[in-house]
Amino acid sequence: MITATATEKETKNYINAEHGLKSWLLTQDHKRIAILYLIAVTVFFAVGGLMAVLIRMELATPAGDLLDSNTYNKVFTMHGVIMIFFFLIPSIPAILGNFLLPLMVGAKDLAFPRINLLSWYVYMLGGMFGVFVLITGGVDTGWTFYTPFSSTYSNGYVVLTAMAAFINGFSSILTGLNFIVTVHRMRAPGLTWFRLPLFVWAHYATSVIMILGTPVIAVTLFLLMLERGLHIGFFDPAYGGDPVLFQHLFWFYSHPAVYIMILPSMGVVSEVISTFCSKKPFGYTFIAFSSVAIAVFGFLVWGHHLFVSSQSAYAGMVFSILSYIVAIPSAIKVFNWAATMYKGNVRLETPMLYALGFIGLFTIGGLTGLFLAAMGLDVHLTDTYFVVAHFHYVMVGGAVMGYLAGIHFWWPKMFGRMYPQAWSKIAAGLTFVGFNLTFFPQFILGYLGMPRRYHVYPPEFQVFNVLSSAGASILGLGFLIPGIYFIWSLKYGEPAGPNPWGATGLEWQTASPPPTENFEITPVVTTEAYDYPNLVHSTIAQEVKHVG
Amino acid sequence: MMEAKSFQLFPEAASTIAGSVDGLYAFLILVSAFFSLLIAFLVVFFAYKYRHRPGVAFRPIPVDDHSAGGMLLEIVWTGIPLGLSMIMFVWGVSIYFTEARPPANSMEVYVTGKQWMWKIQHMEGAREINELHIPVGRNVKLTMTSEDVIHDFFIPAFRTKADVLPGKYTTEWFQATKVGQYHIFCAEYCGTKHSGMIGTVYVMSQADYNAWLGSGSGEGSMAEQGQALFNQLGCGNCHASIVNNQNGRCPNLNGVFGSRVDLKDGSSVKADEAYIRESVLYPQARIVAGYDDYMPTFKGLITEDGMLKLIEYVKSLGAKNGVINSATSAPVQTSTSTPQQKAKPQGRMGVPAAAPLGAPAGNR
Repeated sequence: MITATATEKETKNYINAEHGLKSWLLTQDHKRIAILYLIAVTVFFAVGGLMAVLIRMELATPAGDLLDSNTYNKVFTMHGVIMIFFFLIPSIPAILGNFLLPLMVGAKDLAFPRINLLSWYVYMLGGMFGVFVLITGGVDTGWTFYTPFSSTYSNGYVVLTAMAAFINGFSSILTGLNFIVTVHRMRAPGLTWFRLPLFVWAHYATSVIMILGTPVIAVTLFLLMLERGLHIGFFDPAYGGDPVLFQHLFWFYSHPAVYIMILPSMGVVSEVISTFCSKKPFGYTFIAFSSVAIAVFGFLVWGHHLFVSSQSAYAGMVFSILSYIVAIPSAIKVFNWAATMYKGNVRLETPMLYALGFIGLFTIGGLTGLFLAAMGLDVHLTDTYFVVAHFHYVMVGGAVMGYLAGIHFWWPKMFGRMYPQAWSKIAAGLTFVGFNLTFFPQFILGYLGMPRRYHVYPPEFQVFNVLSSAGASILGLGFLIPGIYFIWSLKYGEPAGPNPWGATGLEWQTASPPPTENFEITPVVTTEAYDYPNLVHSTIAQEVKHVG
Repeated sequence: MMEAKSFQLFPEAASTIAGSVDGLYAFLILVSAFFSLLIAFLVVFFAYKYRHRPGVAFRPIPVDDHSAGGMLLEIVWTGIPLGLSMIMFVWGVSIYFTEARPPANSMEVYVTGKQWMWKIQHMEGAREINELHIPVGRNVKLTMTSEDVIHDFFIPAFRTKADVLPGKYTTEWFQATKVGQYHIFCAEYCGTKHSGMIGTVYVMSQADYNAWLGSGSGEGSMAEQGQALFNQLGCGNCHASIVNNQNGRCPNLNGVFGSRVDLKDGSSVKADEAYIRESVLYPQARIVAGYDDYMPTFKGLITEDGMLKLIEYVKSLGAKNGVINSATSAPVQTSTSTPQQKAKPQGRMGVPAAAPLGAPAGNR
């Protein structure tokens, strides 16, 4: 096993293999494409975050004093569109998945390197449409594009925005396709399905949703564009359409899309918790199959968004019970993660702090989903801030915390450098505290009855809005600090060595950063996944060499 | 009450359904708090108890989770959440079915949403904007539609809401339990002034409500206004009814509301609000058996408010023997001044003689 030495800086790796902008823009190396995604996704996250800052500043007072109504509506729409289509959906799969999947299965690259590069360009093309809309005047439909408002009444750039999401969808499909083929065809000798890291299982399940679900949103947005542009009636009753049909089609993709965002995050958390307990995840097969169960049942619950939309009560019942059933695999995962810590060797390094934060926030996010699946209660809660709080607990508390856990976990692998431990732990703490202060008051606001997407609100809601805005400023700081120390670490960080955390995956058995071809010789897998007893720990810090 | 204190954790409960919604909410909070605290405790406790001390050898890995004990744990933490969630499911459904089915004895109020206001019509003829006056202790059923985009009529104090859709009628019902003023919010994003599409429910004592109704518009009941519209649009030139002795070129409307109508294509349809609306705007869509595609569309000639009046008029047309029902159970009844005429017998209508009034029509 290679150990961390100063001379390692000199070795060839994927970063210094070639130089110049062209070598990056035309690369077919999955690791370099992951870096391209990292840069683009981070920019979109910053833009979407800026929108969130404006929203929380506006809502600090009940009056519409900072933004006018039209501007506010455009701001929350762009926040949603950017964060969902250009940040959350690609974040973990396209950055960490791209970088790690071939490494984890012991392959030289993804199955289709050119398609992988194409998917980045498609993503960027979609992104350009989004940026164009943002600069030229925006759109005010909300990210849900509900008809007939979007198709007939909105004054914004609906077609261009729908086009942005439409194009971006093809990027998802290409990535999903690449991952599925890679997992099937490119596994190293001896790496059977049940020796795969749980990260790979999670990405496999995610990819299935991507290739089955994304075409539906593409068709739906295409119909929306036809109705808006050519007045062909699908959704607007004035043209003989049905407005609720759009909601069915939209959520048929967009509910599974929630699992596109959260499943990869669950994969990250499984890896991180196992590593920082030096213990195989408890219930490996249960965690693996719960990912698959979520992917399957996730397609059958879309109607729980329509309990007050005139959907048949009996259809509603079916969607309600299936929504409870899809919650069970998530519960299984949470219990298994907690059980993994039992009699483990728990080290509270930064990635572990984020992963534990994920467990706490995702648990609350998941449990509050049960409130919304209860039909009689959802009638009161739907379209209020309770829903806003719930999905931010899942998507920020879950998906983003998982993403940050993953970035902190694999940063040393991606760039060969460590980041400052003290600062990163402070950032993890600020993120957790800031997040809860931002979004927990919104549960209370929701039950009090404050509707979402309200620019002006009655004064009795102000207390909780002020708390929320205060929390958002702490959360913003929690997101800003890593941006600074990550950039700092690229030049000044301590060399990480191949396996700074004492992890078991194949990706830790090659150099950091890995060479272009990933492994000098194709690894042969002879042990089960997470085989800590046979792992030789060689860590940067004060850890002693140890055979478990 | 709306002018309530600036800090509150729970909204006022002012309808019969509010208590049961709050009960389910409390149950869910208890379950969620238990599991959140359990997980938080386990994570923090394990993180402390099993922390790895630098310089100390790693703990040997404990038992394989595929042991019998591991499997038992998996079954337990799959089974208990599943059982609890089934309780939530059944509880939620039972409340929903109460919410979704207006009682037969409800007094009816009509709501039209448009960007960005609520227009409300009472059977007795009173009209209001962004305000809804109702008596305490009475079941109130709202029949709602939209002139443009989707809206949603939400009264947090009553714990109920329903989408208000263009081209469709949806219903919502409640029984207020406390005199007071409560928020109406539009809960479905509807464009620029979405957050300005708000209003107030005034829950009044029956006596105050009667007085309020008495100071009404003077335009007559909704059915009377509907009849005026009916005549103005010339509907009576073809449609036989108790007030028009026509030759039966078009179906007789007496008692048609709430009945099943046989259609030309052999199927049948319940003559509810949606069917009447469709027949006025898209007459060729579902033609009554025995009639030709004769009627022109009235699309563009009638507003959604007007449509509701027409529907109320059709509802008020009694059985074929010529009794006009004032289709309201409100205590204050405006007298109908319609002359009662004997309708011409219509042999081929296939319509039952008496239609139940106030029958539940449409669902959420």
